[in-house]
Amino acid sequence: MQPGETVPVGTVLARLLAPGEAPGAVSRKRISPAARKQAAELGVNLDRITGTGPEGSITVDDVERAAGAPGPAAAVPADRSAEMRRAIGAAMARSKREIPHYYLSETVPMRRALEWLQAGNARRPIAERILMAALQLKAVALACKAYPEMNGHYGPEGFRAGAGVHVGVAIALRQGGLIAPAILDVPGRSLGELMKALSDLVQRTRSGSLRASELTDATITVTNLGDQGVESVFGVIYPPQVALVGFGRIGERPCIEEGTLRAAPVVTVSLSADHRASDGHRGALFLAEISRLLQEPEKL
Amino acid sequence: MSEQDLRRAVLEELRRIAPELEVPDLKANEPLRQQVDLDSMDWLNFLVALHERLGVEIPEADYAKLGTLDAVVAYLAKKSPSRSPR
Repeated sequence: MQPGETVPVGTVLARLLAPGEAPGAVSRKRISPAARKQAAELGVNLDRITGTGPEGSITVDDVERAAGAPGPAAAVPADRSAEMRRAIGAAMARSKREIPHYYLSETVPMRRALEWLQAGNARRPIAERILMAALQLKAVALACKAYPEMNGHYGPEGFRAGAGVHVGVAIALRQGGLIAPAILDVPGRSLGELMKALSDLVQRTRSGSLRASELTDATITVTNLGDQGVESVFGVIYPPQVALVGFGRIGERPCIEEGTLRAAPVVTVSLSADHRASDGHRGALFLAEISRLLQEPEKL
Repeated sequence: MSEQDLRRAVLEELRRIAPELEVPDLKANEPLRQQVDLDSMDWLNFLVALHERLGVEIPEADYAKLGTLDAVVAYLAKKSPSRSPR
């Protein structure tokens, strides 16, 4: 870790050693990809292995030996989920301690977007089908261009608007926990490109092969808990970002359209935003812009 | 392809997406997506995998017919090309 380096919240910055303890286990080791995979499968702690490969690198043989060996090199169950819970806790505690959140929500009609998407997907091969999540990401990103105070980072010098709109996508991990890596330059991508980027991001998040920059680049985050069936979600802002947009379930609810009561598909969109960077008035306009953009899906 | 083979193929693709899935715990006639916790992206990836493996077209309009494991297998059995896949 170098001074000035940007890392995700929750990253280990330093370890305190007992008097006389050597900092050896902290130094970066060379580990072959196959050995890393094998270690994960066998639950071997790589910190406790001395490599015998070129330049002291850890090989598959070293991992297998450690997995079978008794004593200090023995297999230790890799407790990644506890570590992730700590990292999430650290980031969210910091957010709630430092960021004066305000929360808004808006019910957005989804009939046009659903019909447009269904018609398009009926013509597309299955591997090119687009999910509503891609439309939502694009709408949020385009709204960010109109309301730049929602997009960027809050640092020691105050708010700095992002140079681009890089949308962090909250992705739940199957073993628990979540990560919100960024899709860069969302306004510049077509829905098809966004869908590919999203699919790739989900896959790499779950296999643990994200780049560190993907965890720090996001200038705003979108979370979608609609698949889990909740009506709405009010998220906790991921520092140093200043806003988070949440989408709930798309479902039919009673609506009055042209004086007639009907069932209409709607979604509740929420905004959690940082009062140091914006006010509720602008936040409301930002949500209204997202809603407006979703009424013209063909322009997304 | 026998129904047995289809079921095995479906379960294999499910486990690729949800490695933690305990197959014996899966209730074949109860809602699949809830049991396996498949979000929209998981679900799409699951269907793409089945399409690529079995050569079956699965239009979005048919998603409602794919509520349970039994329903998925029956749907695939009905739509599978007679020639052996792959």
